[in-house]
Amino acid sequence: MRRGSKAGMYFRMLYRAAMLRKGQAASALTAIVVAAAAATAMLNLYLDVQTKLQREFRNFGANIILQTKAGEHFTSEDLQTVRDIVGNRGPVVPFAYTVARAANDQPIVVAGTDFTLVRKLDPWWSVSAWPKGDGEALVGVRAARALGASPFILSLHGRDIHFQLAGTVQTGAGEDSRIYVSLEDLHSWAGIEPSVIEVAASGSSADVASLLHQLQQSLPAVDVHAVRQVTEGEANVLGKTRSTLLSSAAFIVCTAALCVLATLVGWVFDRRRDFAIMKALGASDRLIAVFVAGEAVVLACVGANVGFVAGVGIASLIGRVNFNAPVSARLDILPVVLVGCLVVTLLSTLLPLRLLRRIEPAMILRGE
Amino acid sequence: MFVRLVYESFRRQTRRKMLVAVAVTLGAAASTAMIAIATGIGDKISHEFRNYGANLVVIPDEDTLDVQIGSVNLKPSANGAYLEESALPKIKGIFWSNNITAFAPELPVNATLAGRDVTLLGTYFSKSLTFGKETFTTGAPATFPWWKVEGAWPSDDSTDVLVGERLASRIGAHPGSQIQISGVPHRVSGILSTGAGEDGQIVAPLSLAQSLTGRPGLLRSIYVSALLKPEDAFARRDPDTLSPADRDRWYCSPYPQSIAFQLQEAIPHSHAEQIRRVAQNEGNILSRIEGLMLLITIAALLTSGLAVSAAMATAMFERRTEVGLMKALGAGYFTLSMIFLTESVLLAVAGGLAGFAIGAVLAQQLGRTIFGSQIAVAPVLLPVVLAIAIGVTFGGSAVAIRRAVKYDPVLALRGEA
Repeated sequence: MRRGSKAGMYFRMLYRAAMLRKGQAASALTAIVVAAAAATAMLNLYLDVQTKLQREFRNFGANIILQTKAGEHFTSEDLQTVRDIVGNRGPVVPFAYTVARAANDQPIVVAGTDFTLVRKLDPWWSVSAWPKGDGEALVGVRAARALGASPFILSLHGRDIHFQLAGTVQTGAGEDSRIYVSLEDLHSWAGIEPSVIEVAASGSSADVASLLHQLQQSLPAVDVHAVRQVTEGEANVLGKTRSTLLSSAAFIVCTAALCVLATLVGWVFDRRRDFAIMKALGASDRLIAVFVAGEAVVLACVGANVGFVAGVGIASLIGRVNFNAPVSARLDILPVVLVGCLVVTLLSTLLPLRLLRRIEPAMILRGE
Repeated sequence: MFVRLVYESFRRQTRRKMLVAVAVTLGAAASTAMIAIATGIGDKISHEFRNYGANLVVIPDEDTLDVQIGSVNLKPSANGAYLEESALPKIKGIFWSNNITAFAPELPVNATLAGRDVTLLGTYFSKSLTFGKETFTTGAPATFPWWKVEGAWPSDDSTDVLVGERLASRIGAHPGSQIQISGVPHRVSGILSTGAGEDGQIVAPLSLAQSLTGRPGLLRSIYVSALLKPEDAFARRDPDTLSPADRDRWYCSPYPQSIAFQLQEAIPHSHAEQIRRVAQNEGNILSRIEGLMLLITIAALLTSGLAVSAAMATAMFERRTEVGLMKALGAGYFTLSMIFLTESVLLAVAGGLAGFAIGAVLAQQLGRTIFGSQIAVAPVLLPVVLAIAIGVTFGGSAVAIRRAVKYDPVLALRGEA
């Protein structure tokens, strides 16, 4: 007999076995596809959620603050150094502070900053309208009540300046008592330069720590510190969410895998008459095992690939619904899912086959 | 006869029934655990968010401006409005008092240290307060969990102080040393590190700050750490414009706005509001995580439903000869369907009950290992899980049963179907 026809016979048997029991083959395949899809979706989400949530956590604002010593200020080279080090990892926002006096001689903190950057840094600010041009100020709600009508006059070291009130800001914290103007306005009015730089750096806590170290190295004269409230809180919430997700993923994948096991074990037991006939016709135990294993491999490969596609779809759907951003498909999950499927299908077909091997074909064919 | 048929089917085909029952049990366990986690996670993560510290602040109603840059408070401590310290225990008397995990009063005063002006912040450390019959302990360490002390926290009735780490390195203070604050010697019980303005300040018991300004029983602000529900459009409405029913609903939801409203009612002459940096972001992330777990739970329910259906369908296909025999003996469509459906319901109930128990244990274990507290599984979940289990086994067997009863008995008995 030629080798080709032997292999041909093998595939014919696999094909016919699937075709003759379409329903059972389909339900076995369904179980595997579902398990593979669940595993893919959960792994994909687990790997992606960290990045997604970290982006959300950056809305908490600055996690690194650079502060000059009293009486000193950041030069534009210093600011550029910080920007170069941080790169595109998040906004770098300079702040300049001084205390001016309002018309009623009330002392009030005036802060100079870059409004487009602050919007990115502190998205929780509830702002009625952002300043657009020179001479416009963003006034804290408490400061606004103390100042009265717009335009208002502020004086510093005997120099008065008029500011137009562009809008108010409410945060429930120190910002409510301050007046925010542009850095240029503050500089031309009082010659005040930035003394604080706030950085909202993205990435894991290790990334942020290394960035902090880098900044400390390149600006030794400056006090660089992490905002512990933000960094520690984030690590906590993120870690626990990931653990929950991982446990949930384990539950779901185990359930689906065990259901595959139950389905395939039932299937193999159901076909004991077929195996008995094959044995009666002269097939060795080994040949039957190879035949069943072949089936299992085909099922696993088809199931894993279809399931992978479905799982990526589910993960990206969840990403879009929940985070308004698709979860990127990770091809490196495919081999993991494929191997998992192969292990589960081979286990759940070859184990029951071993049990059947002990039984004489005659007994099975008699229906005992 | 019907009961006997079902009974015998279970007795004689224990292996097949076991396989299906295992699948149903696992499906029900995963569903129970996932539903419990999805409903409980908001609460747990909300507790974790308390690591971000206070999310509400109470200040005097009469508006005064803070004049503070970094750690330096430039405001003369003599003027401005204050809150009464005696009103503090009432915070534990508001409707959502159980949601308030910690609070700390603050009174910043100006003092001189080594010839320089510094800000001394008075607060509670571990103060016991009594409201009604309830006694509770609160203070800055619980309200601001990221505050770290090298040395010891001062006791609330002492005159010991904490020195911020930046200030300490400037004046060379260390735990146990003595410093002169406005001419009076005080013991430094520890060095405080917060990564914020307090690093350049002195933090002392509230009573010490009050005696420095000569204002016993007064304080400037109260920082409250509360478990909040994420703010939505309803939360932002003005309670005065709501109908009585809506107003009750608003008042009885732990929104930042409604808890602030209740704090304002409890503390005379006060204004309470959310600290948006914490409250807003916390709400956003909380809804994201809750949404994620909800979607995953739906996916998990679908997964276990499909997987159980597949197992059920395979089990049904096995029984064509049995169906053929029954049909040959004269069983009708209805009788056959009833037998199989009864069997699936029995399996579903048994598997559902076992799965519910396993799932509840899983959820609790998970809660304990990850969050250090149990995730409660509501008893109302049991009928839900049972209903899902019955629905899924029904669905899984229905197709197979339909096909089984349509078999030609001759073909089925010959094994050719």
